Amino acid sequence: MSIKSKVVKVTSAILVGSMLIGGVTGCGSGSKAANSDTIKITNVSYDPTRELYEEYNKSFVSYYKEKTGKDVEVTQSHGGSGGQARSVVEGADADVVTLALAHDITLIEEAGLIEPGWLNEFDLDSSPYTSTIVLLVRKGNEKGINDWDDLTKDGVEVITPDPKSSGGACWNFLAAWHYADVKFGGDETKMKEFVKAIYDNVTVMDSGARGATTTFVENGQGDVLIAWENEAIATVNEYPDDYEIVSPSVSILAQPSVAVVDENAKKNGTEEVAKEYLNYLYTEEAQKIIGKNGYRPSNDTILKEFADKFDLDMNLTNINEFGGWDQAYEDFFKDGAIFDEIHQSTAE
Amino acid sequence: MAKARKFRGGRVIPGFGLTFGITIAMLSILILIPLASVLFQSFRLSPSEFWGIISMPNVKHAFATSIGCAFIAAVINSIFGIMLAWVLVRYEFPCKRIMDGVIELPFCLPTAVAGITLSKMYSTKGEIGGPLFDWFGLRISYTHVGLVIALIFIGIPFVVRAIQPVLEKLDSQYEEAAYILGASRRKTFFKVIIPELRPALLTGFGLAFARGIGEYGSVIYISGNNEKEHTQVVSYIIMQKLNYLEYESATAIALIMLIISFILLLFINIIQIRQSRRTNNI
Repeated sequence: MSIKSKVVKVTSAILVGSMLIGGVTGCGSGSKAANSDTIKITNVSYDPTRELYEEYNKSFVSYYKEKTGKDVEVTQSHGGSGGQARSVVEGADADVVTLALAHDITLIEEAGLIEPGWLNEFDLDSSPYTSTIVLLVRKGNEKGINDWDDLTKDGVEVITPDPKSSGGACWNFLAAWHYADVKFGGDETKMKEFVKAIYDNVTVMDSGARGATTTFVENGQGDVLIAWENEAIATVNEYPDDYEIVSPSVSILAQPSVAVVDENAKKNGTEEVAKEYLNYLYTEEAQKIIGKNGYRPSNDTILKEFADKFDLDMNLTNINEFGGWDQAYEDFFKDGAIFDEIHQSTAE
Repeated sequence: MAKARKFRGGRVIPGFGLTFGITIAMLSILILIPLASVLFQSFRLSPSEFWGIISMPNVKHAFATSIGCAFIAAVINSIFGIMLAWVLVRYEFPCKRIMDGVIELPFCLPTAVAGITLSKMYSTKGEIGGPLFDWFGLRISYTHVGLVIALIFIGIPFVVRAIQPVLEKLDSQYEEAAYILGASRRKTFFKVIIPELRPALLTGFGLAFARGIGEYGSVIYISGNNEKEHTQVVSYIIMQKLNYLEYESATAIALIMLIISFILLLFINIIQIRQSRRTNNI
């Protein structure tokens, strides 16, 4: 009896402990508007924007103080984009969301928290910045990787996350698919063969983009990482002697979207600040911060200022060419769809 | 153990009603209601849909991988667990208390931290995995071996903590008697000590095994999650489904996992009951 009771004791201690921790942090984030002088808003965003919004929030706080004389405090939350959307649906008190995919914001809209038509609430389909998919290789590029077809060569080890578990990883797949489409003029059999050859070279398939970067950079696996441009730029900035970016001839334009979570903002009385917060993303000042952090500014003049950072000659497709996100999911990533077809046929 | 569950009045300390009520309430909120919802969710699928999901090749491979690796890890944990518990109970050495505490580290360390650290150390460029790869061509991270290592890490405290108290209570007189009666050391160990440890060992094995089948955090970083190499585990497949909001498929797989764990624990309990009956009869 003592064996079991000891195990029970330990587990119950852990349970109680974790409940306490959960309770304390829960209370911490729940005490909004405690100080009436400062307005508090919460921005729920996705993983790689951490550094961007840290810098942006500082800039916005001083801008808003100057304009209205009021103090704002912005609380950030980061995580996988899909998971973040789910947490807002399930009740996280976000005033604004800045997520990786328009589709994730649509999920929140369907839950009734965001009013329909949010896509046109801000300029350029509510995407103040964009990004794309590039190839990150080790310095010297020993395997001679210059474009997507080099990833199909024997002996090239590719690192990319699993599209079936990470929404972000779907973009990698679609970018490669688009290249094959251009190359084979829409011959689907050949396109499948081509993309299959790339995925046959994948040695480690992480569950998310950050995990894949860790595998490639920290654990030294693989020759090439299929990555978000902003992640690749951040990696190269951190280790300029170890990595270089290869821009493929063809890729896909990703448009991260922003929106005010209308229901929450109404409840918190933050509608005006929240709107201002997102509008400020389009100002020159903010666009420069965006460019500095490796995202492509939507303002063309400022984008050109960063021409040395971004390869502006890449031929970029976008999700609409695949019939929108929901259609792409049906066609490619659903159980038994194209991704399963090319990736499982080798398993049997 | 079974006797304690019976309703009993007239205790020195009252409060049975209150504590029993709280117990039932806690059990319902934390365990019974969530489990019932799993069952309920998966009933939304028709039997053929349910079967379709369960019999997908990647799901079948994941079950084989999870159960196989968790079993191997639990076996290894049982062997090393006995050794560790033996050392901690029977010998005196400096820093024994600290070592004893370290055993529990896998309980409190976030499993993701363990997973990331292990995958780095055992990768072909890591501190341990590097030499192993250079000298023997062994790959550990992103293979089944890495998966087993992660499961050993999270499972070891279950076995050690199950065996320790029994070993502490085991009187060395038994060993002395066996020795005087002419048993060899090996015979003493296998015929006198192991039978005493067996119920505890089974509990530890069962807990480590059940935990290993469902583990997510620590294996996700080290397993490579490659369907081609069958290194996806069941909980990873469930996460895949959840990420695309396919709650029904996710719960269908979870239900099967639940049933497997249930059968496993039942099986271990039956063996334990038989064992205790036998030893009580002597």
